Amino acid sequence: MDYTATQSGFRQRKLQPDMRLRNSSVDGTDGSQLFEDTSAAASGSQTGNQQAGLQAAGFPSLSDPMSNLAMAYGSSLASQGREMVDKNLDRFIPISKLKYYFAVDTVYVGKKLGLLVFPYMHENWEVSYQQDTPVAPRFDVNAPDLYIPAMGFITYILVAGLALGTQNKFSPELLGVQASSALVWLIMEVLAVLLSLYLVTVNTDLTTIDLLAFSGYKYVGMIVGVVAGLLFGKPAYYLSLLWCCAAIFVFMIRTLRLKLLSEAAAEGRLVRGARNQLRMYLTMSIAAAQPIFMYWLTYHLIR
Amino acid sequence: MAFTLYSLIQTAILCINAVAVLHEERFLSKFGWGVDQGVGGFGDDPGVKAQILTLIRSVRTVMRVPLIIVNAACIVLLLLFG
Repeated sequence: MDYTATQSGFRQRKLQPDMRLRNSSVDGTDGSQLFEDTSAAASGSQTGNQQAGLQAAGFPSLSDPMSNLAMAYGSSLASQGREMVDKNLDRFIPISKLKYYFAVDTVYVGKKLGLLVFPYMHENWEVSYQQDTPVAPRFDVNAPDLYIPAMGFITYILVAGLALGTQNKFSPELLGVQASSALVWLIMEVLAVLLSLYLVTVNTDLTTIDLLAFSGYKYVGMIVGVVAGLLFGKPAYYLSLLWCCAAIFVFMIRTLRLKLLSEAAAEGRLVRGARNQLRMYLTMSIAAAQPIFMYWLTYHLIR
Repeated sequence: MAFTLYSLIQTAILCINAVAVLHEERFLSKFGWGVDQGVGGFGDDPGVKAQILTLIRSVRTVMRVPLIIVNAACIVLLLLFG
């Protein structure tokens, strides 16, 4: 709600009660406190500001009841419109669920990046729950998040532009082409994984956004590989890509094992049965697709 | 490989069209993939084949009308703009 600061002082005063209501309801419903509540401090300073602003602007039209009415009507219409947009948008893109995936902090990001590059020492891969809902990523390093994939995607596009520039092939349209190409591959991969999960009838609590997060983790390895290739040449690119491919392979298998396989198979015991075998193949193929994509999306950047 | 989002939409339309034209009697039954062979065992394990058949049948049922609209729009647009 940053843009309220730029609106006129009168409208701010009208909208303020609605805003405070919305803020408190959001913080009340997600009981795990995803984000810190900074609204109290912000609204305190805001009311101080608009009182001063109102006197300083010296609104002459406040005395005219007609334009008073018009302004009140206009602002109520605006707030109604915004509520409608919010409600409809929430139906298509679950914004409240998305918030969970961005509740990260620096420590989590650091630990997760380390885990993506070196997952061999980590022992406990289970996601901890808090009264049936998964804990926010801030408190559990095993929980999937969307911050690292999103940042990784953007960084990958920038690094790709840099790499193409060193080959004298850069042009601004090429950035857009790279971005849409990588996005299309990501969407196709998520759809393929969803389709295969449906076909194998796995009873899992993996949501689409979880799959998007897992597919987005490979951008970290790709960036490491391309940067190493840019700095130290082709052998460094191949070496670091190999290391990151192995790391993401192990990471995916260890993470997906707990979600896709049945309890017994996840603990490592050999369980017979066609269905468990199918699930194992599915986990393996999802994990194996990651290195393939990593190579596919970066080999043309290092020539 | 320069993929754009437009080519993704094209791919999606073509694939859904391909699934929608698989006729039940004339084609799928010859392979033993008809509607009667789909519902096999009960219990919690439908199997991959039953899932594929269910998917094909549901795509045909759900996407029939939207596909008519989308295909008509594509034809008109391609005629007008090449």
